[in-house]
Amino acid sequence: MSIDLPGFADPVLGSQACFRAVLDAMARPGTFRAAGAGLSPPAPLVPAAAAVLLTLVDAETPFYLAPGFAPAQDWIGFHCGALPVEFPGVAAFVLADTLPDLAALAAGSDESPDASATVILQVAALGSGRRLRLSGPGLRVPVSVDVTGLPDNFPVLWAANHALYPRGIDILLCSGTTLAALPRSVRVEG
Amino acid sequence: MNTGYNFAYLDEQTKRMVRRAILKAVAIPGHQVPFGSREMPLPYGWGTGGIQLTASIIGPDDVLKVIDQGADDTTNAVSIRRFFARTAGVAPTTRTGDASIIQTRHRIPEKPLREDQIIVYQVPQPEPLSRLEPSRAETRRMHALSEYGLMHVKLYEDITRFGHVAISYDYPVMVNHRYLMAPSPIPAFDNPKLHMMPALQLFGAGREKRIYAVPPWTDVRSLDFDDHPFRAARAPHSCGLCGATDGYLDEVVVDDRGGRLFVCSDTDHCETRRAAGHTGADALAAE
Amino acid sequence: MAYVAVKGGERAIDNAHAWLAEARRGDTSVAEIGTAQIAGQLGRAVDRVMTEGSLYDRELAALAIKQAQGDLIEAAFLLRAYRTTLPRFAHAAPVDTAAMQIRRRISAVYKDLPGGQVLGPTYDYTHRLLDFSLLGEAVPPPAPEAPAAAANMPRVTDILAHEGLIEADGAGGKEPGDITREPLSFPAERDVRLQSIARGDEGFLLALGYSTQRGWGGSHPFVGEIRAGDVSVEITPPELGFAIDIADVTLTECQMVTQFKGSKTVPPQFTRGYGLAFGHADRRAMAMALVDRAMRAEELGEEVTAPAQNVEFVLYHCDNIEATGFVEHLKLPHYVDFQSELETIRRMRAEAREDAA
Repeated sequence: MSIDLPGFADPVLGSQACFRAVLDAMARPGTFRAAGAGLSPPAPLVPAAAAVLLTLVDAETPFYLAPGFAPAQDWIGFHCGALPVEFPGVAAFVLADTLPDLAALAAGSDESPDASATVILQVAALGSGRRLRLSGPGLRVPVSVDVTGLPDNFPVLWAANHALYPRGIDILLCSGTTLAALPRSVRVEG
Repeated sequence: MNTGYNFAYLDEQTKRMVRRAILKAVAIPGHQVPFGSREMPLPYGWGTGGIQLTASIIGPDDVLKVIDQGADDTTNAVSIRRFFARTAGVAPTTRTGDASIIQTRHRIPEKPLREDQIIVYQVPQPEPLSRLEPSRAETRRMHALSEYGLMHVKLYEDITRFGHVAISYDYPVMVNHRYLMAPSPIPAFDNPKLHMMPALQLFGAGREKRIYAVPPWTDVRSLDFDDHPFRAARAPHSCGLCGATDGYLDEVVVDDRGGRLFVCSDTDHCETRRAAGHTGADALAAE
Repeated sequence: MAYVAVKGGERAIDNAHAWLAEARRGDTSVAEIGTAQIAGQLGRAVDRVMTEGSLYDRELAALAIKQAQGDLIEAAFLLRAYRTTLPRFAHAAPVDTAAMQIRRRISAVYKDLPGGQVLGPTYDYTHRLLDFSLLGEAVPPPAPEAPAAAANMPRVTDILAHEGLIEADGAGGKEPGDITREPLSFPAERDVRLQSIARGDEGFLLALGYSTQRGWGGSHPFVGEIRAGDVSVEITPPELGFAIDIADVTLTECQMVTQFKGSKTVPPQFTRGYGLAFGHADRRAMAMALVDRAMRAEELGEEVTAPAQNVEFVLYHCDNIEATGFVEHLKLPHYVDFQSELETIRRMRAEAREDAA
């Protein structure tokens, strides 16, 4: 049933545009970019997260989805060719709507810190809510970003992830048709 | 536009693989991410890494500039520009300011790049330690441990022997205080432009199958010592055509009696200056 | 003046390509060579291009050879660049060389063996005298035909294994790596090593294999068996659920039997070096087998001292598409870097003069 819902109208150009949004977001942590406008993915998937999946996930990427996303699993399988893995610890991409235990995800090794998970995290709102202060590569000066839907102790949890650098987890925050990125290189203060 | 192949040549699965590698590279500035580099219809060494990067990021709205040695009209730059005109139908430009993507071999344009631009470097040898340690298994370990003593020793030996560091291009840099990185064979003159550049910098090495990146506004330091600070050298002349004294110069041999003409390596920089009325000492002779 | 001459890269490329096309065709009073002629009459060149180009297609390989004016590395590159654009719609099952339709089968370790020795179409015992009759056109008399080869042609290594004298063949089961999707990383296991050298440059493999015979990592090799002939390629489409035969390919396989003195845990036994190539390619398969065995030094507890035993050295330098690209890229303009070297050397010479003064 959910597989009846379409993916990108033009898969080649749709994923190219979404990738540039993700790339730009990753290069400038905390800035908002539009993605997924025009997509109507099955609930509870939001358009931005759906666009990211269509752009980056396929049969070559171990992929974990949090239990709440079961209704979207067929759609993801059909459009991305991706089959979910049972354990988040072996996943390259993790789709979630609450922050997973970052310490339980693949953070890469000292030699291959790139062999690490990217979390596609759906949050209630971007642009309102708890204020986070970001600094690091990609940012000329520290910036503030407001997010609703992250745990209260997020700065502490993130500090533990950032301390693993260059190992670590990268997060793509998605809400509606907006996304923002938190690469492991960024420092977050509450 | 040739429709026999996919948009921008690469198939979508390959693009996804390259895109995933690019994102990890941006998240770990200066770290070389291995990727499943494909054989391209141009030979290894001709920019296959840069071409795969550009093919994975480019869209129909992009404006592409391709330079080799700073010039838009060198044969390899022409060939790569044609490749993307044929496979992606994108608008080409020679003007640095008009480009959204600049693919380059061996130079960074003189005109400062902006936040809305991406520069893609073609990289022949991504491993900055390769001349000091040939084994990649070993250099990977060194990067893991941030163990760069070998390079410091090499620079120090240069200083004791020659009085200064004797590396004039592909001068090694430290990125974000963590990774030693090869900036590709740009002249050391260009190294200061890497530091805190507003544009995203992507590096692709096709034959060695590595992608790395420097995000915008990232700290990039040329290796040096307190008592021997890094110095960016250029020929002590002004451009014979436009009179510029700030840009990197090519030396053109004009006769077999020692005659030389120094001209801007960045052809767009030179043309823009000449269009604005600047002239160099040899401008008339060169026409 | 001279500086202006470097402009006009676009026209220069077009003109060069036009000249190349003309030079490729050559004297138009001579008949144009057809790809069927290349595929049929330059078979060994086609075999090599298919192997190094990693694509079994005689017609396309012949086209590549024609397009490259017989430059076999250039032809292999054309084939590789084409190959990467092809979608993968199925994975074949491993081919069974024990069931090969034999055209050639020789063993250097047994005088006679079940199925016998079959020389096949070999150059081995030709006298290398130019055959001037080939200057003209002549149809050779038909070769005598033997009764169909014996159905039972056991592999020599299977005969040795029966007696427990040779190590077990490499463990299967694990999904083999694929260097065309995942870049090499080290330590590289044997599946990846074999894939790399299977498409490696024949000259490079030959020189390395030769070096092991001259004492640079020797292993006292014997040719257990070389066999060449056709094997069938099978796939199992998921919608069918059973294997179907999609093609026959001609292969040459070499099983090198080499010495091993044994270790604390393993009694003395023979070890294997393995070579496999498309078409008829004794030299290539044998060289590959020698290099495969040499690269197993570490695994077998031997001291790694020679180039052929250095896995990273062999694998990073065996690919002639990569090698020719990087060697030949030196002819691209490097004048920006050279200029920076000029400035550095002038400065150093000036400083040396000042010091001397």
